[in-house]
Amino acid sequence: MKGKVHKYGADVNTDVIIPARYLSLSEPAELAEHCMEDIDKDFLKTVQPGDIMMATTNFGCGSSREHAPLAIKASGISCVIAKSFARIFFRNAINIGLPLLECEEAVDKTEAGDILEVDLSSGKIKNLTSGIEFTARPYPDFMAELISTGGLIEHTKQRLAGRRS
Amino acid sequence: MTLVEKILAAHTDRKEVSPGEFVNVTVDLILANDITAPIAIKEFQRIGVSKVFDPKKIVMVADHFVPNKDIASAEQAKLMRDFCRQHETLHFDVGQMGIEHVLLPEQGLVLPGDVVIGADSHTCTYGALGAFATGMGSTDIAAAMATGDIWMKVPPTIKLVYHGSLRKWVGGKDLILYTIGDIGIDGALYSAMEFAGKVVDTLSMDGRFTMANMAIEAGAKAGIFRVDNKTQLYIKSRVERPYNVYEPDNDAEYSQVIEYDVSDIEPQVALPHSPANAKPISQVGDVEIDQAVIGSCTNGRLEDLRIAAQVLKGRAVHPRVRCIIIPGTQQIYLDALTGGIIETFIKAGAVVSTPTCGPCLGGYMGVLAAGECCISTTNRNFVGRMGSPKSEVYLASPAVAAASAVMGRITSPDEISG
Ligand code: SF4
Repeated sequence: MKGKVHKYGADVNTDVIIPARYLSLSEPAELAEHCMEDIDKDFLKTVQPGDIMMATTNFGCGSSREHAPLAIKASGISCVIAKSFARIFFRNAINIGLPLLECEEAVDKTEAGDILEVDLSSGKIKNLTSGIEFTARPYPDFMAELISTGGLIEHTKQRLAGRRS
Repeated sequence: MTLVEKILAAHTDRKEVSPGEFVNVTVDLILANDITAPIAIKEFQRIGVSKVFDPKKIVMVADHFVPNKDIASAEQAKLMRDFCRQHETLHFDVGQMGIEHVLLPEQGLVLPGDVVIGADSHTCTYGALGAFATGMGSTDIAAAMATGDIWMKVPPTIKLVYHGSLRKWVGGKDLILYTIGDIGIDGALYSAMEFAGKVVDTLSMDGRFTMANMAIEAGAKAGIFRVDNKTQLYIKSRVERPYNVYEPDNDAEYSQVIEYDVSDIEPQVALPHSPANAKPISQVGDVEIDQAVIGSCTNGRLEDLRIAAQVLKGRAVHPRVRCIIIPGTQQIYLDALTGGIIETFIKAGAVVSTPTCGPCLGGYMGVLAAGECCISTTNRNFVGRMGSPKSEVYLASPAVAAASAVMGRITSPDEISG
């Protein structure tokens, strides 16, 4: 995947990713229309399919609303790279198939607007603007398996099928 | 093993677990609400099973946008209601409902030693009862509704020990704001917080619920207390099923032990826009307010209302301030009514609402306009949390919120009642 970077700071919380006033919506496309609007009015005007969201620490803190990763994914963002993620957001994103990568160095050495190329299986991140390459922290085995089966629902389907057979 | 490790181990097929391990944990109770259930139900249907694993272990509470504020939220509540009827799960609707994290313990649905998962980040509240309770997303809940278990990474535990004695008007809310102010909004990220020490022993159950409730505001996976006489007394009249009380081992390994002497702590106020922006009230300065909110899963319990009433009794809410008070459940509402507390509020010029989350997340009933400022007993003051992204929320205890409602600016209850 390849895309332009939209960069944010620390503690980007779920209330700004998708404000509660829109939580009576649950269709991802409708949610995406309001993604980040309280902290970045330009995001929705400039985001292109495949773009990459980047932030420093504790991305996605706050509520458990799965609407947050759903909105980000439906806005066209292909993956989020941060120094660290809040716990519930991390689970939710993995469960719904929004890839997340943890890589401090990439965050420190990337500017907003840079073009990145990301290879999820190897965790390699290449900044095509500056030419620098980074490697993200690998997923623990269990999580890699969850991702490769296509998220938690698929994983659960397979487990239940296994129990029955 | 720590308290959390013991509870988790007892819910796996292993004798021991340690931090960092991925384990499959059986769950005793699964929770969702009118915002998170619709997505969970959709995902559950994708799994393709016809039944939930155990309808008595699934509880859905309509509390966020209920009684419904608009057509979209009415559709969500209906979707949840229909699902509960079809699967015969527990369901609390208008008339029985309260704010989920106040309601579930009150109804005896959570017991010490339980593992509870909820599609709501403040599920960690039940740690006050010595349960391991943690918030997750809708998809996690969907999978657990089908299987009765869920994957987890065993968290390391941070032990927080509170020494000394509390000054007047200082309680659970102040302790937790002070703690988050100290360790930061990600100070306990991926960890469990075990609250201990003489001071937490003296706290009422209501005070402990307040502290456990805000563990997530430091990024924690859970907040937990050991079970004592107060816990036993609280659950005695509420439950019938058996439960297990776990104790941490003497050689339990904590990732960190943090000790506080709280004798000099003043009432705390968290300034916009982070719960970690906590300051002693004497350093908050002159902040005029337009609204005061007393309620939520953090501070909507009877003790909270009693304290607010103590401050408001015989006084009037400042003419510039809208004071909104929301009892956490029907039972608390009724107790406050029969105890004369509601009368005190109404005479003081506050409005009292049926139990609901309402303004806490900017849902309805107390949404702020641009430029407005609110003092609130809720748990989050992020940008736009209570309405306009240009509004401001200050977090504090019921005592401080009530005193501020009277004065029209943020103030200590000491200033008005000596
Ligand atoms: S009262 Fe506020 S924090 Fe608690 S469950 Fe409701 S919206 Fe969430």
